[in-house]
Amino acid sequence: MTETARSIKQSGVATGGWYQFVTRHRASIVAAVILVFPLVMPFTALAVNILIYGLYALGFNLVFGYLGLLSFGHAALFGTGAYLCGISIVHFGWPWYAAIAAGVAGGLLMALLIGVLAIRTRGIYFAMVTMALSQCVYYLFYQAVDLTGGENGLRGINVRTIDLFGLQIDFINPMIRYYVIAAFVIAAFFVMSRILASPFGAVIEAVRENEMRARASGYDVTLTRLLTFVLSGAFCGLAGALQALHLSIVPIEILHYETSGLVVMIALLGGMGTFFGPMIGAAVFLVLENVVSVWTVHWQLIVGGIFIACVLFFPAGIWGTLIARSRR
Amino acid sequence: MAGLSFELIALQLFAGLALGAIYVLFAIGLSLIFGMLTVVNFAHGAFYMVGAYVGLYLISIGGNFWICLVAVPIAIGLFGLAVERVLIRPLYGRGIDYPLLLTFGLSYVMVECVRIAFGKTGYPFDTPEVLQGAVDIGVGYFPLYRLFVIGATAVVLLALWLFLEKTSFGLIIRAGARDPQIVRVLGVDVARVWLIVFGIGTAIAGFAGLLAAPLQGVIPEMGGTILAEAFVVTVVGGMGSIGGAVLAGLLVGVVVSMTSLFAPEMAKVSIFALMALVLIVRPQGFFGRAGLMS
Repeated sequence: MTETARSIKQSGVATGGWYQFVTRHRASIVAAVILVFPLVMPFTALAVNILIYGLYALGFNLVFGYLGLLSFGHAALFGTGAYLCGISIVHFGWPWYAAIAAGVAGGLLMALLIGVLAIRTRGIYFAMVTMALSQCVYYLFYQAVDLTGGENGLRGINVRTIDLFGLQIDFINPMIRYYVIAAFVIAAFFVMSRILASPFGAVIEAVRENEMRARASGYDVTLTRLLTFVLSGAFCGLAGALQALHLSIVPIEILHYETSGLVVMIALLGGMGTFFGPMIGAAVFLVLENVVSVWTVHWQLIVGGIFIACVLFFPAGIWGTLIARSRR
Repeated sequence: MAGLSFELIALQLFAGLALGAIYVLFAIGLSLIFGMLTVVNFAHGAFYMVGAYVGLYLISIGGNFWICLVAVPIAIGLFGLAVERVLIRPLYGRGIDYPLLLTFGLSYVMVECVRIAFGKTGYPFDTPEVLQGAVDIGVGYFPLYRLFVIGATAVVLLALWLFLEKTSFGLIIRAGARDPQIVRVLGVDVARVWLIVFGIGTAIAGFAGLLAAPLQGVIPEMGGTILAEAFVVTVVGGMGSIGGAVLAGLLVGVVVSMTSLFAPEMAKVSIFALMALVLIVRPQGFFGRAGLMS
């Protein structure tokens, strides 16, 4: 049997052998790219941002791309992760690893709270309810000035060294900081790959493809949706916690609905429902932002324009379009 | 709580109705567009904001508020027609999320264009001279302009009701909201009806922005806040229901107004608590059809 014939047999669609290879080793490929990335690109600050927003988009994509629900409230999950990580360091003096765990737990719990309410609605309502609830979270954190610093943001998250099994790692050094954060992001990508490959991952996609049929097959659709949303919250909470450590401040804007919109754009640009889409989207989006903001302050005009063009002409995103091309 | 008298509470109730009137105007446009086109217009806040800025511009070149009341809805409505024709129409039949995403991108473009044209900082918007001052409404003095807002909203609602219930075009709109396929089979150009409905919805948004301008001033970001709050109104009232939008809009206005009297720091959060309550007790909203949710 030739290679092409085998790939046709496996997926039902003619794809190149490279695509089979890429799909099988998807998490390892992401890991390899992330490890080499800062050696190719000189701006580590930008590279760290790409990592963090890539992870944020990865969590979002689980709900948007794989579950098929459009959430406009992911800023609440990302922001809660960042705030809980920051608060546990600033107010309680927790060590860095406990703070990251607090951030993940924060994203998870917030997703549970929002999810329980929003999952009661379906279709287009979901986007509206999640946006409204995240706006509510924004006001709550804004009001809790004693804990969050309110309008000024939460300041003073100073993690200078990271203590790993007695080894003191200098977190100020940008290159080392990149690799510390990269370790978490790579781990998250492996976990995500495992979830998607599991029977539960298949159920998630079954719910997206045909809710009635999934229900008829005996799967609890509502519970699947809630669990997926909560899992997504854990990934976004981790991204938020890393962002807090990276910036050493949590600005209140992290909870603004524009942060929710940002991740929608990144996921759509990269290719929703694809494994590499979030990372590619984050890289392209942030590099573009960096380039464009050099010559104009009206960056949002360009963002909006690109976004409209994406929706109209490339709804499959960069990676989705590449896959579709390779299948021709 | 010594200063709380019946009069104060009654006045606050009226203030809540004036605020609610703006929510009503905003939400019926949103609801009308959704009910017909099944498009959630994320740029609705941007149309509202542009409405206020067009009013500001017209007054700066020598127009007055009364001209604005007519010119602004027409200008924003025409702009809405162009948006539907050029940007939204290609997306029909491609899934319910795409128009939502597109209008979200559009709102970025509109906000940034206004920033380029008018600057990032806001402007005050003078209350027209005739409508300044306060009148005695029985329980105390109430700002005349807020009374005017309530009145103008009532007029728009009445006109919309007459249009939808008493004209043949309104009949087509109502039929189209129920079953566009059958309406198309009967020989009606549904695409044209959708175009006009989008125009009407955005025109009302522009009108609402103009009415809100003297109350809050104008800034480029004014549309984003009200959009999230209008989603609360549509969820509480029931998406696609005009009656629901009216009742829920007034209710949300009164709830905001009352909580800002008793617990000012909770005013912004209260309406979301209201939404959470409605979602738990009656997920389809007051007047929502259960089927519309899926």
